[in-house]
Amino acid sequence: MAENVTPRVRVPSSAAAGEVITIKTLISHIMESGQRKNSDGNLIPRSIINRFTCDFNGQNVIDVTLEPAISTNPYFEFQAQVPEAGTYTFTWYDDDGSVYTDTKDIAIG
Amino acid sequence: MTKTVLKGAITSIAILAGAGMALAEGGLVINGDLELTTEAPAADHLAGHLTTVYSGWVFRDSFTQAMEMDDFDNPGMLFVDAGEAMWNEPAGTSGKACADCHADASESMAGVRAVYPKWNEAAGEVRTLEMQINACRTENQGAEALKYGKGDIVSLEAYISMQSRGLPMNVAIDGPVADVWAQGKEMYYTRTGQLELSCASCHEENYGNLIRAETLSQGQTNGFPVYRIKDSVLTSASGRFVGCVRDTKAETYKIDSSEFVALELYVASRGNGLSVEGVSVRN
Repeated sequence: MAENVTPRVRVPSSAAAGEVITIKTLISHIMESGQRKNSDGNLIPRSIINRFTCDFNGQNVIDVTLEPAISTNPYFEFQAQVPEAGTYTFTWYDDDGSVYTDTKDIAIG
Repeated sequence: MTKTVLKGAITSIAILAGAGMALAEGGLVINGDLELTTEAPAADHLAGHLTTVYSGWVFRDSFTQAMEMDDFDNPGMLFVDAGEAMWNEPAGTSGKACADCHADASESMAGVRAVYPKWNEAAGEVRTLEMQINACRTENQGAEALKYGKGDIVSLEAYISMQSRGLPMNVAIDGPVADVWAQGKEMYYTRTGQLELSCASCHEENYGNLIRAETLSQGQTNGFPVYRIKDSVLTSASGRFVGCVRDTKAETYKIDSSEFVALELYVASRGNGLSVEGVSVRN
């Protein structure tokens, strides 16, 4: 597992039914591209988050494929319509097989 | 020929004077509720040099400024989280964490960042916050000293700094620190390196002007530790000093040298009155 990986998510705690909200996510990750060499001339192995998904009550909201050129600590900001109260589940998939998740509840009102 | 080119360069600098000053309307407000002082009357000891001091935030473009105005958008907060984890994690042979002695950082560390570097009576020396952290680690925790400049020590420094966010810088310059402060002042105004630049050449005489594509700031340290977008890590003042002296094409002092302690004290005192920004974002 890559070191010091911490996901952070910001979702409003409540919204009106049908409202479009802005979701922000950030995960600390080195995002080593696999293209660089160390001082001995050997390739530094690739270590990136390669996929990010967000689901709402089991239904997919966004599914992103990340490529090696994406910089350290990838940040995503996107909008989603809130049909009902429920839970957002955020998932990041690491090259090394680790999976990081975070959840946020949202109420209607 | 050389002379003509030089003259042209100087003219364009004069035209650009003040061009980089982009005081955002409403100033620096964090998370919509914490207003920080980014412009203050200069301290008395700057009489004849500066009338107003500005945080480096003022000189950055609106995107960089906005990143600092929301803790979620400020990538430095990741390091604050890491620093908080260090605060609570036992280290060294003592098995003690920072929190075991200092308890709740929001109380015990409030105001600390604003007065550093400061005199340590027991040790008989001026200490930067980095030095104090390492002294605490080696003397009280039985842990090894951390390397200055970036990495763990700066994360911890960031967490400590955050407890003073919004408080005005208030570094003492008299009493036992007077000699060290004077040494720092002399360094500030001494030209070094192949480019023969002093700190003042850029940060006092030309702040707001462009140096190649960059807008020069006043070189204030109230925002440190700084998240530098180009490095994507936090940098402490000592780490920045090494980079700045290197940029004058000089042989730099060691990052943990007494020279940089003196300079850090002097430069910090130039920013007295500006808010501690906790963790700032710069280019």
